[in-house]
Amino acid sequence: MATPFDLALSLLVLVIAAFAVLGRHGFMAVVFFITFGLLLALAWLRLDAVDVALAEAAIGAGLTGVLLLVARSRLKALEPPLAPAPHPVLRAGAGVGAAAVTTGLVLAIPALPLSTGLQAEVMEQLPLTGTDNPVTAVLLNLRGWDTLLETLVLLAALLGVWTLAREIDWPGRAGRAHRTRPDGVLAQFGRVLPPLALVIGVYLVWVGGHRPGGAFQGGTVLAAAWIVTVMAGLLPAPRVDDRTLRTALLAGPVAFVVLAVAGLLADSVLVFPPDRAKLLLLGLEALLAVSIAATLAMLVFGAPEDRSGRDP
Amino acid sequence: MNLPIWMPYALCGAGLIGLGLYGLLARPQLLRRILAFNVMGAGIFLLFGALARRGEIAYADPVPQAMIITGIVVAVSATALALALIVAHAGAGGGEGLPSDTPGGGKRDERGDDDARDDAGHDRRIPGRDRRRNEREGAAR
Repeated sequence: MATPFDLALSLLVLVIAAFAVLGRHGFMAVVFFITFGLLLALAWLRLDAVDVALAEAAIGAGLTGVLLLVARSRLKALEPPLAPAPHPVLRAGAGVGAAAVTTGLVLAIPALPLSTGLQAEVMEQLPLTGTDNPVTAVLLNLRGWDTLLETLVLLAALLGVWTLAREIDWPGRAGRAHRTRPDGVLAQFGRVLPPLALVIGVYLVWVGGHRPGGAFQGGTVLAAAWIVTVMAGLLPAPRVDDRTLRTALLAGPVAFVVLAVAGLLADSVLVFPPDRAKLLLLGLEALLAVSIAATLAMLVFGAPEDRSGRDP
Repeated sequence: MNLPIWMPYALCGAGLIGLGLYGLLARPQLLRRILAFNVMGAGIFLLFGALARRGEIAYADPVPQAMIITGIVVAVSATALALALIVAHAGAGGGEGLPSDTPGGGKRDERGDDDARDDAGHDRRIPGRDRRRNEREGAAR
């Protein structure tokens, strides 16, 4: 049953999202968006979806927030011509259309037929999947196909970002050089946060085998540790043609494809033998976490750029 | 009041979808559109997740959860690529919005576009930022 807390939280999520979408100031909008993501993670907790809450907090709020902040500061430095406000008629039309979509959805919610869902089927198969966390079982085993393609989507996005590099900068260090004041907040955080994030990230990957957590959540926290270290100027970003980096980017997806092909030869695609499933899943999850962490961090660093005059 | 727990979150999700859609259509700045698109996506996930929580179930259905986690990761990949594109768009002399949005809008500004192009010929260098590089290369020559 919904408590007043649920009502207040839903309302707050909507209000914060409205500030993020409608607010005038760009920086504030991004900050509101991050707050929105964290509150949404709370909503997921209330819906008993702890794995989603972790993913939303780490990826939806944290990583997307960093991406937006970095993009905003770069846009600001480029001083692009201001975009003129759209015609009032267009805005009114958009408002009416959006309100109609929301109204339609609200009307549709009570009319939807009730479904029993798939949790009974998942629970039945759970002992054979090699993990005690049903979400991990679905992600890596029962619906491994989705996750395999998802890791390829991550790589494709990184390739897309890298293609935006100019010939003259390729292959260099990813992104631009970061310099911070040695006594500044970021430099301090850059020393304190990464060790903590490293422990939390590895723990999240490991614990995904039997409790909420997993490669995506843990990998994102590991990526965050790396991002903070680089942004604080304590470590340079890697060169995009670095062999270790390339190996890290590809390890998870390649292991996934190898498992899929091996399964195909033995039985059918992405079917793990139950007696070895636990070991296979654990190894796969570890490699995936490394690849996800590397890919997400490289997405934040961006394509190699002109570093002359900025490199310390 | 006897509201099931998923109901406020489902309504919230529906509201977020409308809000994000409005921002996507009515905000001129590309960065704000990407932000709005993410709000819309989060609303879709929340509506989906809340609807999966209906009925007499002891625990949350893992299948929608796994799909939502996949969705969140795909959303962040697409967001990263889209943001890189708008930064490149601005770097190439485009505005913070799209030129087709407004008649006469999205004019290229006069911040050193032309000399970079003369210098580079058909080379698709990023103007403004490249001017300094061109000067440096000229000096080296």
